Amino acid sequence: MPGTPPSDDATRGASVSIRNVVVTYAGADHRAVDDVSLEVAAGEFVVFLGPSGCGKSTLLRTINRLVAPDAGEILVDGTNVRTTSPEALRRGIGYVIQAVGLFPHMSVAKNIGVVPELLGWDRARIDARVDELLALVALDPARYRARLPRELSGGEAQRIGVARALAAEPRVLLMDEPFGAVDALVRTALQDETKRIHTALGTTIFFVTHDVDEALRIADRIVVMNSGKIVQADTPLHVLARPATPYVEALLDTRDTVRRLSLLYARDALTFGKQGDRADGTIAADATLRAALALLLAGATRLSVSDRVGAFVDFASVRAALAASANDERSHASVA
Amino acid sequence: MIASASALGARLGEHLFIVGIALTIAFALALPLGVLAARNDRVRGPLLGALGVVYTLPSLAVFALLIPVFGLGLVTTEIALVGYAQMILVRNIVAGLQAVPAPMREAARGLGMTEAQIFFKIDVPQALPLVIGGMRLAAVATISIATLAGKIDAGGLGAMLFAGLDNDDPTRIITASCAAAALAIGVDALLRRIERITTNRAR
Repeated sequence: MPGTPPSDDATRGASVSIRNVVVTYAGADHRAVDDVSLEVAAGEFVVFLGPSGCGKSTLLRTINRLVAPDAGEILVDGTNVRTTSPEALRRGIGYVIQAVGLFPHMSVAKNIGVVPELLGWDRARIDARVDELLALVALDPARYRARLPRELSGGEAQRIGVARALAAEPRVLLMDEPFGAVDALVRTALQDETKRIHTALGTTIFFVTHDVDEALRIADRIVVMNSGKIVQADTPLHVLARPATPYVEALLDTRDTVRRLSLLYARDALTFGKQGDRADGTIAADATLRAALALLLAGATRLSVSDRVGAFVDFASVRAALAASANDERSHASVA
Repeated sequence: MIASASALGARLGEHLFIVGIALTIAFALALPLGVLAARNDRVRGPLLGALGVVYTLPSLAVFALLIPVFGLGLVTTEIALVGYAQMILVRNIVAGLQAVPAPMREAARGLGMTEAQIFFKIDVPQALPLVIGGMRLAAVATISIATLAGKIDAGGLGAMLFAGLDNDDPTRIITASCAAAALAIGVDALLRRIERITTNRAR
């Protein structure tokens, strides 16, 4: 493919084009993926959201050729994935599944080093990369390198799974319900971690989940699926504010406007009061409006916004921001 | 007594030779058969059924059936022993390979391993405890059945045992029996230990 950028360029992710992809499983009477097309920009964090059986996981697995489409094509950085051997393709695309995916007979270091070893890296380079990745997922290399998967907590195992997927510096990362098996608190931490790694590396990420809150928390763009088709693909805020169909409305419970407040920030709801207006509370500019609402419900009438002299957040401005989010076409469309 | 000790050593050596050959051939056959049966549903049922039939035949009857074709001696003995061990080995290889969790293989595939790499890096270490377990059972059974070889001129501890019976010599009977039993117990203990080590590695 002409013009492939060097891998140490600023943007590490690859663009992905999914074009008219159809998958029918043998013996099934309907299509698992039904003529799906999607253009994904380099570095985007895309979440496939939907109930089990909607085709989201199947669609994900067509990207690294674990599933072969019956029709359509998939391009990574403009190159059709079918022009690369499945093994070579997969070594260049990270893949994370639920905790069972770690190999129990291999140490943490061995697990992380699987793909570099398949690629024939030398020992020293693999060892250095393992330590680097353990640090990236916030685990002390000296303590974790030699451990076996059975000696890890669910959250730790999942971090190792992410580290393993990132080992060979993939430009695309596929995550198939990776945090389904860990408890809520750990899941939130792992989501934040994933978001942080995404920002740091710029990898294009495809993430499958049926957890609406998880999708809203981490996605740049949510792709809502039903019966093998894409129902809506848009930013979390837009999906909540303007659900395309009653199905999306029901799945995301979009009438619960408080949910939308989690995606809006104090800086989006500024009001500038009269001279001498006094605040009875304070909020950070990048705090969510949900947090602001909690303070207002707790008794404050006007919150001053830190770093924004003379700016306040009150009930009326929250309501106005909420209304604006439903109409405004572009303002929050691509929050990094 | 000294003569008896050297005779015992010779017979023990023969016995180990008979058993060693049988297990080597049996495993070399069972490995491809087991892998094939584990992967292919249509092969598995009939193959395990057929091996099960061989396994249930009384060993004396098998020797009786083989002698007219292959005569007395080592060939008949080895064929009978390999036939017996087959069922145990194939069954355990199949069980071991089928016990490898599908998501684990799927993860390996997703990371870009070829089928051969999945087999050697994932399937083999995961299936090893059950495969070693099968080898242990097969070894114990083979050590015991191999005593019949003494009756058809193939040597081993059975030769000493049957000589004792023919000559009304309890010393030889007891010596040979105890040696066969000790051999079986020793091999069982050794393989059990290896089985435990591989189990720890696989979990």
